[in-house]
Amino acid sequence: MDNATITKNEKICHEVAELSALDKSLINLLQHGLPVCERPFEQIANELGSSEAEVIQHLKELKESRVLSRFGPMFDAVYLGGAFTLAALAVPDEDFAKVTEQVNSFEQIAHNYRRTHRFNMWFVIATEEADEIEKVILAIEEKTGLSVLNTPKLKEFYVGLYLPV
Amino acid sequence: MSDNNINQEKPALTPLERQYILLTQNGLPIIEKPYHHIAEQMAISVEQVLALTNDMLTRGIIRRIAAVPNHYKLGYQYNGMTVWDVDDEQAEKFGDAVGRLPFVSHCYLRPRHLPHWNYNLFAMVHGKTPQAIDKYRGQIKELLKEVLVSRNNDSSQQITTQSNDMLTSTEILKKTGLRLKR
Repeated sequence: MDNATITKNEKICHEVAELSALDKSLINLLQHGLPVCERPFEQIANELGSSEAEVIQHLKELKESRVLSRFGPMFDAVYLGGAFTLAALAVPDEDFAKVTEQVNSFEQIAHNYRRTHRFNMWFVIATEEADEIEKVILAIEEKTGLSVLNTPKLKEFYVGLYLPV
Repeated sequence: MSDNNINQEKPALTPLERQYILLTQNGLPIIEKPYHHIAEQMAISVEQVLALTNDMLTRGIIRRIAAVPNHYKLGYQYNGMTVWDVDDEQAEKFGDAVGRLPFVSHCYLRPRHLPHWNYNLFAMVHGKTPQAIDKYRGQIKELLKEVLVSRNNDSSQQITTQSNDMLTSTEILKKTGLRLKR
């Protein structure tokens, strides 16, 4: 099995970042949202007893070091166009590497995770047009010889995720 | 389930909205006057950009303007996809309550595929320890205890069907971003 052809196969193992007091305050405050005004970082600085320049500097560093994976407007995926679904396969352990390669070879696969269940491979299919989803599913079934569990969202709930540091 | 959310029709965007998304989907520039920068690129005034931003927020095109931390780097190394077999009549009401828990990052209703897959509510939880995510699963279970479906009434079935489960991820096999193309 040629691992180099697998798009990305990093085990889940990450270093925990070292953060200053200002970094932590920024992360905690900005998860809730950034004010919509001409100088939002000045307003944040005032709230935290810091300076605009210092806030900008720290935020840039947090973004560069990827402690922040995103900073800015979060758009409802529906408006970004295209269609999405979450799907799964029950892959026999001995075939896992081969099937990973087969599934990942589709450019429409956005994320793919190995999970602890009989359905042990879970992936997001993202396509430009809604009718393409079904075609990709059929193509995956043909390529892997396994049947796909397709679980498109019926309803999305508002989430209040907050990860305090 | 009759639900018009099933049809994900593509909502129309105005050319300005589309341009705004293309300019900011990789992030807001971290500079003193980020909206001035956007205004310049869109060749409109900063007042128009702020008004457009507020309008898109109100209509839900923009969910929020915020920082999204990499949960692994903050020490939230564990995640679990909790899945629940919830009574259809109650699923919307209780799904909404589960989504509001602070440790839930995604919360969706999805179709069951009986008999292979009996879960219709999915909630992703994040924690710093395996014990933490177990505890969060317990908190969701407590919230849903009255509305979980019990399916162990078919004695011909060899497999017992659980009312809930938690699938933890052991490996990232692929990860790419979702982007507006044009």
